[in-house]
Amino acid sequence: MSDKQIAFVASGQIPESPPPPSTTGVIGWLRENLFSSITNSILTILAIGLIVLMIPGIIQWAFVDGVWIASSLKECREINAHGACWAVIVERFDQFIYGFYPSDERWRPNLAFILLLVALVPALFDNVPYRGAGLMFSASYPIIAYWLIWGGSFWGIVAFAAAFVVAYGVFQAVSKIFEGEGATIGLILGLVAAVVWMLVAIDPVADTIHDAIPLGLEPVASNKLGGFLLATIIGIAGIVLSLPIGIVLALGRRSSMPYIQTVCIVFIEFIRGVPLITLLFVANVVLNYFFPPGSNLDLILRVVIMVTLFSSAYMAEVIRGGLAALPQGQYEAADSLGLDYWKSMRLIIMPQALKISIPNIVSSFIGLFKDTTLVVVIGLLDPVGLIGTTRADSAWNGIIWEFYVFVGLFFFVVCFGMSRYSMYLERKLKTDR
Amino acid sequence: MSEAVNILDQEIDRSKMTVSDEVAIQISDMNKWYGEFHVLREINLTVYRGERIVVCGPSGSGKSTLIRCINKLEEHQQGDIVVDGIELNSDLKNIDKVRAEVGMVFQHFNLFPHLTILENCTLAPIWVRKTPKREAEETAMHFLERVKIPEQANKYPGQLSGGQQQRVAIARSLCMNPRIMLFDEPTSALDPEMISEVLDTMISLAEEGMTMICVTHEMGFARKVANRVIFMDQGQIVEQNEPEEFFTNPKSDRTKLFLSQILGH
Repeated sequence: MSDKQIAFVASGQIPESPPPPSTTGVIGWLRENLFSSITNSILTILAIGLIVLMIPGIIQWAFVDGVWIASSLKECREINAHGACWAVIVERFDQFIYGFYPSDERWRPNLAFILLLVALVPALFDNVPYRGAGLMFSASYPIIAYWLIWGGSFWGIVAFAAAFVVAYGVFQAVSKIFEGEGATIGLILGLVAAVVWMLVAIDPVADTIHDAIPLGLEPVASNKLGGFLLATIIGIAGIVLSLPIGIVLALGRRSSMPYIQTVCIVFIEFIRGVPLITLLFVANVVLNYFFPPGSNLDLILRVVIMVTLFSSAYMAEVIRGGLAALPQGQYEAADSLGLDYWKSMRLIIMPQALKISIPNIVSSFIGLFKDTTLVVVIGLLDPVGLIGTTRADSAWNGIIWEFYVFVGLFFFVVCFGMSRYSMYLERKLKTDR
Repeated sequence: MSEAVNILDQEIDRSKMTVSDEVAIQISDMNKWYGEFHVLREINLTVYRGERIVVCGPSGSGKSTLIRCINKLEEHQQGDIVVDGIELNSDLKNIDKVRAEVGMVFQHFNLFPHLTILENCTLAPIWVRKTPKREAEETAMHFLERVKIPEQANKYPGQLSGGQQQRVAIARSLCMNPRIMLFDEPTSALDPEMISEVLDTMISLAEEGMTMICVTHEMGFARKVANRVIFMDQGQIVEQNEPEEFFTNPKSDRTKLFLSQILGH
């Protein structure tokens, strides 16, 4: 015991050295991830076996034996009895994309789709040139796309867009007059002004200009829309609208004003407690009772409203989760610097709460996009609905797999894209290291 | 006591540390409850411009709550608080006005993690004071230099050490040109070797004549910088005095007990 040495002084700095080679590179990765233990090794070998068993069969069915050109299922089977009959997809491809949209006018949804991609770039990425102008375009895109797809008078759309200008003008004027509470009052009065404009002024203004300068596209009725076009319209409209509504509901639910809080809670709990199919039936049948007699709201618009309300209730709860995850100190710091409620929400709280919620928000978006297939229950012909009508054709009766693989692939590509984007966003917004 | 006291051995330039007759904060007969719990009792306090007040006391004594009432992060139920001539009532306009004049530094820094250091400092001047961005950035760099971390301006708070973050938090408050600074245990969440850099910054603020109220356990700082020490216990101001007298000759038993507990080892 007595000769045990306690005192110690390092004789110098130990130089840095590389890690042992077996723990880095490909071999290190394999060891660590696939063969780290006996169980892990067995599972790895089993999984590889399963893949080897499955993949060749799928490739054989889909590609080697697949039939791409034929005019009926019988012909398909005659060419190759064991392969996939992709001929049905080839023949009905246009229908799956556009539904029954008039073929002469299909350049319009095509153009709308290209413009959609253009509008998405500045909204999704912040390092693009001319982003400010791009965002202006993104903001006006919904109106342009609506006009392109449904057609009608150009001036009707302009008059509709003017409602937003009116709302913004009123908002600006009112917030200048009342300081402090100005933003809240301005928001409410701006909305009121926009609604009044829509009810009173749109039709006369649009008709007057249209009589003077007729300019418009061939109108296309909603029942002509179908396929992926329809799914995309409902999905994107729902996604774009449900996020802001969800934010407002989430803030409302945490509001200190009891009336606003109650309204938001009742709305969220009611919508979340009802199946989407029920809401779609309501959209189909009941919703018209709530509008003034004579007004016939378009069925797709009604569906978009319902899908949006449904999704925004979930969105509100997702965002509320993000808000709850923020430390109280962030609110206090924003307050102590003299930021008012709206500024602190916009500059401090929401950017962080939304960032925390990204994975869940995107999950909601993906769920919403896939839920658009439910509109088949009220007779809209989305891709899944078109499977039914195509199979009713005696030439193609009996095909099952090919349809679902095709439609499934479409949804997978879009949803996987969203998921990848959310991962990119999370990486980009990571600021803690 | 921590190592930080060593830096307090430096001489302090007291030429600008003068207390004027002008009242900066007037708290009269203020009471506050959390539900049924009477957390602040009959608080009367007048702070003159240029004063450096240290508030101390055992945990739960209400000292943090008291200074949080001064910029209305907490609401009081009875009595009056007048800051810089502005009465704190439920008028939102008054509250935002007071908050823009009163800087606050928190125990956990509360920097905005999604913004860079520079953006943290320029946000309030740009959005509350409507300062042009260029000017706000110049001011921010000036104060970041004063707290000796201009080279970190484009980093995010998560990349800085605790002491650096707290100095940024001080700079962020200073960018609003506050007339009064509140410190809520600014060094309590810091590693011992970082306490001195924050105290150093606070001392230099005091040397410039800033009106300060600090809730802190750094008794060395209190001795050296404060012109008045307030001792609180159970929601009440129990004793206040000049630091020399307060530490060497405490009057009440509760103060004696507290001082023996924190200075006794």
